[in-house]
Amino acid sequence: MRNLFLFLWRYNFFIFFLLLEVLCGYLIIRNKSFQRSSFVNSASQVSARVNSSISGITEYINLKNANEALARENAGLKSLYPDVYYVDSALKRLANDTIYKQQYTFITARVINNSVNRRNNYLTLSRGEKHGVAQEMGVITSDGIVGIVKDVSEHYSSVMSILHKDSRISARIKKSGYIGSFVWGGYDPFKGELKDIAKHVKVMPGDTIVTSAFSAIFPEGIMIGTVNEVNTETGSNFQEISVNLSVNYGSLRHVYIVQNNMRAEQINLEENQHDN
Amino acid sequence: MIIKIAQLFFRFLFLVALQVLVLNHIQWSGYINPYVYAFFILMLPIETPKWLLLIIAFILGLVIDMFSDTGGMHAAATVLIAWARPGVLRLIAPRDGYEPETKLSPQVLGFRWFLTYTSMLILLHHLVLFYVEVFRFSEFFSTFFKAVLNAGITVLLIILGQYLFGRGNRHERFIG
Repeated sequence: MRNLFLFLWRYNFFIFFLLLEVLCGYLIIRNKSFQRSSFVNSASQVSARVNSSISGITEYINLKNANEALARENAGLKSLYPDVYYVDSALKRLANDTIYKQQYTFITARVINNSVNRRNNYLTLSRGEKHGVAQEMGVITSDGIVGIVKDVSEHYSSVMSILHKDSRISARIKKSGYIGSFVWGGYDPFKGELKDIAKHVKVMPGDTIVTSAFSAIFPEGIMIGTVNEVNTETGSNFQEISVNLSVNYGSLRHVYIVQNNMRAEQINLEENQHDN
Repeated sequence: MIIKIAQLFFRFLFLVALQVLVLNHIQWSGYINPYVYAFFILMLPIETPKWLLLIIAFILGLVIDMFSDTGGMHAAATVLIAWARPGVLRLIAPRDGYEPETKLSPQVLGFRWFLTYTSMLILLHHLVLFYVEVFRFSEFFSTFFKAVLNAGITVLLIILGQYLFGRGNRHERFIG
């Protein structure tokens, strides 16, 4: 016992160092998992407040661009307004609530912190638990998908961008309907990769890639990007497809958080399947 | 003593603010993100006790982590260089050792000494940080390149900062 204490005393500096490193490792692993939210994150009160005031300044500078984007979106929405359409048929349809059950609701949010130059990128949004945001909700913008909510505090939420090592999104080629998965290769915030598309499928540069209906996180048909380059001469059974992303992640300002009202039902059903 | 502590505290705030408000937002080619804040650990007075070094490094790392959503990656890298600092100082000590209360700056100990000192520790910091961030062997060489490139830029920024703001102590070399 005495020797043990002597040993501990002699190497106290090294042992203290090891303890701190183990603590860091614990924090890193905790931060990686979705289920247990970490307490060292940018949704915490102090850092979120600083980020919020900084983004207030940059947001003012970028007001012109934001206005233009919103005006564009308004124009798009206006063209969907029922009054714009001339009703060509005399037949009248009755919309009934029992038929049209609303599946998705959208929460608007402001981006108060954002990065694109790391291997794993995150955003912080100005909406939190109080506004109905929960973990694993999707985040989109008018141009395409943005990411998935990872941590939530009372007023803020932290989002894993699709520019992240672990992001993997079920995607569909709009024209042919084939399903693959979209991942980010790293380094270039304007490009991603579409994987798991078999070689016999014809893919042309310029084809549109959208989200599939498989995930319970994103609605179907949200834009991801367009095909940039196709390489069929690979060693495996699949093609290498590089995708131009439709969203400029460096200049995100306003986004929508997607709430899927039937998510729990879908997840439950799919989990039952695994048990059998 | 009190003045010295206040000085260090302000330097801490300045470096954290510089890192979080300016350097974390550089979005140029996706490769460049220097982490200059680690300079705070290198600059601490030479007589700082080892255990205090580790604690300060841990707090500094956690503050940076809090602002950049990285769990404990910055804390891990910063604690590692705080642990390595006494060894590196001993390794590259001048012939007659350090005098008490030596200021660790290029004006006092010479440019070559300062360059070796900062590049060794900053390179170690960046390598650990980038490898922990990627945590995957398949990107070994691209990560290595990124770490070395950013370490170079960080060292350059530190040296520029030293010659621009490290004021007043030029004559000490001739006296001491």
